[in-house]
Amino acid sequence: MDFQLTEDQRDLQQGVRELLAGRFDREALRDLADGPEGPVLDRELWRELGAAGFFALRLPESEGGVGLGLPEAVLAFEEAGRALLPGPLVATHLAAGAVEGAATGDTVVTAVDSSGLVPWLDAADVVRGDAAGAVPVRSADPLTPLHRAPARPPAAQDPVAVLLTAAEQLGSAARSCETAVTYARERSQFGQPIGAFQAVKHLCAQMLVRTELARAAVYAAAVTADPAEIRAAGLLADEAAVRGARDCLQVYGGMGFTWEADVHLHLKRAWLRSELGPSAGAVEEEWAAAL
Amino acid sequence: MDLTYTEEEEEFRAGLRAWLADVLPQLPPRPDPTDWPGRRAYDLGWQRRLYDAGYAGLHWPVDAGGRGATPTQHLIYLEETERAGAPYVGANFVGLLHAGPTIAAEGTAEQRARWLPPILRGDEAWCQGFSEPDAGSDLAALRTRAVRDGDHYVVTGSKIWTSHAEVADWCELLVRTTPVSEDVPKHRGISWLALPMDAPGVTVRPLRTLAGSTEFAEMFLDEVRVPVGNRVGDENDGWRVTMVTLSFERGTAFVGEVVACRRTLGALAAEARKNGRWDDPVLRRRLGRLNVEFNALWRLTQWNVSEAQRTGGVPGTGGSVFKLRYSHARQELYDTAAEVLGAGALDLDHEWVLDRLSSLSYTIAAGTSQIQQNIVAERILGLPKGR
Repeated sequence: MDFQLTEDQRDLQQGVRELLAGRFDREALRDLADGPEGPVLDRELWRELGAAGFFALRLPESEGGVGLGLPEAVLAFEEAGRALLPGPLVATHLAAGAVEGAATGDTVVTAVDSSGLVPWLDAADVVRGDAAGAVPVRSADPLTPLHRAPARPPAAQDPVAVLLTAAEQLGSAARSCETAVTYARERSQFGQPIGAFQAVKHLCAQMLVRTELARAAVYAAAVTADPAEIRAAGLLADEAAVRGARDCLQVYGGMGFTWEADVHLHLKRAWLRSELGPSAGAVEEEWAAAL
Repeated sequence: MDLTYTEEEEEFRAGLRAWLADVLPQLPPRPDPTDWPGRRAYDLGWQRRLYDAGYAGLHWPVDAGGRGATPTQHLIYLEETERAGAPYVGANFVGLLHAGPTIAAEGTAEQRARWLPPILRGDEAWCQGFSEPDAGSDLAALRTRAVRDGDHYVVTGSKIWTSHAEVADWCELLVRTTPVSEDVPKHRGISWLALPMDAPGVTVRPLRTLAGSTEFAEMFLDEVRVPVGNRVGDENDGWRVTMVTLSFERGTAFVGEVVACRRTLGALAAEARKNGRWDDPVLRRRLGRLNVEFNALWRLTQWNVSEAQRTGGVPGTGGSVFKLRYSHARQELYDTAAEVLGAGALDLDHEWVLDRLSSLSYTIAAGTSQIQQNIVAERILGLPKGR
């Protein structure tokens, strides 16, 4: 048993992190969040992601892909979540090999979620699922335009979509924890950094605990590819991301309630991703039935 | 990332399983929990069987008489012994998991030869004299004094929360050999001594826990003479000596318990299905959530053990992260058990009720959750120490 990242996996993680840091930094994020016309999908960035193998990661080399597995895809999506990278990343990744141009990032693919939500409908070239009758929603996530299709009988969700979404949540949770810690070291009140107060320390410690438990669950689910374990990992990752962003907001105090701080962007995306996965209740019932 | 076990690891597992299947039916009946001499004899007898079969000190270094097993083999050992319902480490806990490894790491050749073999053979039991009435979370504030008198220390003070003190032969004792002063911070004046429990001046008074049992004791030391040769490590270096051993923690501390909790969870579901409470969706979801939780805790264990294996057993701070979540989950498990039992939750004859009571210690013992959160925040996240 060697349940740790291999050297290749570390390199991949580092590579994606550097790519995103160079190509989608904080300034780019804020431009999107603060832009007058709402978020725009950066087609050039999309193609660069395609060229880097982000979408073709799991396609066999014989089909022009990178030939890697779920664990590597999870690491890449964790980085996307950490950087708060916008766009229908999961749907396009899943379409690689099935929809022409998805693997290279030339075609942007979105999908209708079982909840009826359709992210990035106007920007996408291809929609998977039935988006007939979808109407625009004033999206709570400033970085994700949303449509909502009429409710349909719930369909089984692709476990890989659930897993990659969980990986994004994991990255977001880790980022929120780091952001809170950085702020708690810099911000002073009562003559000391607020991070020296135990009340703040304990908030941060619990953020890390939730993140590391979710990490073990998400990585293990990537290794086993067991659908039930994937859904359980999704539950823990949703919690780590949402609670993490909430606690980060709390550590930021008044600044956390402003548009200017990035905290709310993580929280709102985490809310959206939670909605896209199976509900907590359904997962709990599934795991109760397995007892 | 790989969750499969190597051929060698599977062979180890198969050999252990076969031995357990053979030896467990031969064990004598378990003693009554209140029968301390009986418990000691039972626990040491089990240790002797492990020794004879070559499983004693599995994770100890080979030159200390152990097997030098990898963290993964240790995980397999703990997983399989728990699954098979083998006896717990019991009265051998401190000897095998703390005092022994400390002596192995820091003791002289003579000290190792004197104390290690009897621990491995199940001849001698150890207890731990660290905490004091005024030194709990702030352990380094301990005040039990040791004054040098020729080739002896004369030790006076009191210790508390000393498990198995009534039946131990030896106590790993932290004492203050140099008083705290402007030049000597509290961590610097501490020494580590092996105290023979039958020395004149040692008084043990059992403490009754809220579960009604006498799991631990207070220990009073009145001018107890301890040979200087019983000091492991240098004088005033006892804090470091003790911490070196805490680093023997390799992510395996709660392996058996997580296995046991998952089994209990299955039993809770079976009981709920039988008594009709399964129809309550709130309870059902709570059980499902615990199943998710303990599965993830098992994955986190595998993660931490793999990390220890890579670093060669160097201490990870992952232990604090795990303990914080696990201790909470365990309490949640037994609170849920009470819901499943309904009125039966007040019946002390039900083992879950006693387990619920003992679960209350989990967020306190071995570092309270508050101290663990400080450790995570300061040592992992790098937040500043507060006033």
